[in-house]
Amino acid sequence: MNSFKAVFKRELKSYFATPLAYVFLVIFLAAAGYLTFKQGFYEAGQADLRAFFMNLPVLFIFMVPATAMRLWAEERKVGSVELLFTLPVTIGQAVLGKFLAAWLFLGIALALTFPMVWTVFYLGNPDVGLIITGYLGSFLLAGGFLAVGCFFSAVSKNQVIAFVLSVVACAILAYAGMPTTLNYLSSFLPSGLVAAVGGFSIQTHFDSMQKGVVQFRDLAYFILLIAGWVAACAVVLDERKAS
Amino acid sequence: MINRLHEQWAKVLETDMIEVKDLRRSFGPVVAVDGVSFSAEKGQVLGLLGPNGAGKTTTMRMLTCFIRPDGGTARVCGHDILTDSVGVRRSVGYLAENSPAYPEMTVGGFLKFICDVRQIGGPKRKQALDRVVPMCSIESVYHQTIETLSKGYKRRVGLAQALIHDPDVLILDEPTDGLDPNQKHGVRGLISDMAKDKCIIVSTHILEEVDAVCSRTIIIARGKVLVDSTPKELKEKHHAGLDEIFRRITRAKVA
Repeated sequence: MNSFKAVFKRELKSYFATPLAYVFLVIFLAAAGYLTFKQGFYEAGQADLRAFFMNLPVLFIFMVPATAMRLWAEERKVGSVELLFTLPVTIGQAVLGKFLAAWLFLGIALALTFPMVWTVFYLGNPDVGLIITGYLGSFLLAGGFLAVGCFFSAVSKNQVIAFVLSVVACAILAYAGMPTTLNYLSSFLPSGLVAAVGGFSIQTHFDSMQKGVVQFRDLAYFILLIAGWVAACAVVLDERKAS
Repeated sequence: MINRLHEQWAKVLETDMIEVKDLRRSFGPVVAVDGVSFSAEKGQVLGLLGPNGAGKTTTMRMLTCFIRPDGGTARVCGHDILTDSVGVRRSVGYLAENSPAYPEMTVGGFLKFICDVRQIGGPKRKQALDRVVPMCSIESVYHQTIETLSKGYKRRVGLAQALIHDPDVLILDEPTDGLDPNQKHGVRGLISDMAKDKCIIVSTHILEEVDAVCSRTIIIARGKVLVDSTPKELKEKHHAGLDEIFRRITRAKVA
């Protein structure tokens, strides 16, 4: 087993070794379910998961930084970072290993929302493609927020600071593309700039995937977003691991 | 010129497992390590001795590639700490100050993780565990989580972690700090037993430890090497006990 796999495996196991995973899963599933039904899942009379997916960004703004905040902040606080980086592990392997483990954990959380899918299949004849791109978009959204959270977790040793900073950053990323923000901006900004702000927002690309089409530019956006923040995390960590 | 330097390095490497050249590191305005040079060979137990804040831990962290030096370099088992840090870390066993570990893991799970990272798999892993677990007497806590362990056991788990790949070079940062007298005796015995076919660096501020295990002593204070000698030579030269010598040297030259 190489070092990357070892870090990945340890990290994933550590979620389930503490109550963290269970607390997270229960709260995430309860909140996702509550918001979906509150938005009129049944009342809409349509066999689709729109009501479920449209709430995920807001939920993820809080839930994903909660998973991400411990990634490096805890490691530095406990001092195990000194153990990890005096083992034959490169910064890249460690950062990717931990990031992907956390992402897979969020993937598990998403997968556990399967009763929603089961429900719409039971009640009607939903568009399978729409559900698949919906989940793909949600998984990428989680990855984007996680990469942001991972970065701030490397910035601060204090988990609370890491959490607050990443919530703010994720909220800016998401809310920049909400229709209300864009409408407000278009009242005084030229339309080109408004479109640019929308294009930088994670929300725009998430919404675009909810329409059932996987466009190259949306995928490219998520890949660049994730790669950029994870790389920044590695750079910051290399600077700060010993301080 | 460069070739000649390489040849010189190569000659040095034949005998020395650790070769430290003019290492420097400062943290902001504080100079922690200020041009430290020494070398150590197989079969030696080198005691890094110095008051608190002398630069012992920083030196060890640079040798294990946890922090980068501002200047100078070092070679460990033929690997340069600047250019081949993974190679260095592969051949070194390191017990950091306070023996950091993952508190939520069990001792067994933790050691298996170290095996995974060090790519010790299959039957080799079992052999390695069968060797280090009794050696560090941690059989009784093998299934306990690390956060529930006493300081002594935690330290021994850290030691087991450092020994699991049977490294040629062992770097131990205050390995007996916080242990009770019996445990101290045990750890010192362990170090002496391993001494003949390894190169071991032990940092400490406990002088009796130097007498008990070290074949060589380096006294550092304020980031500089003040003395590089053997405990025996030191005593003969100064006609005094080690703690008297320590006080004389560190106080006189620092003040």
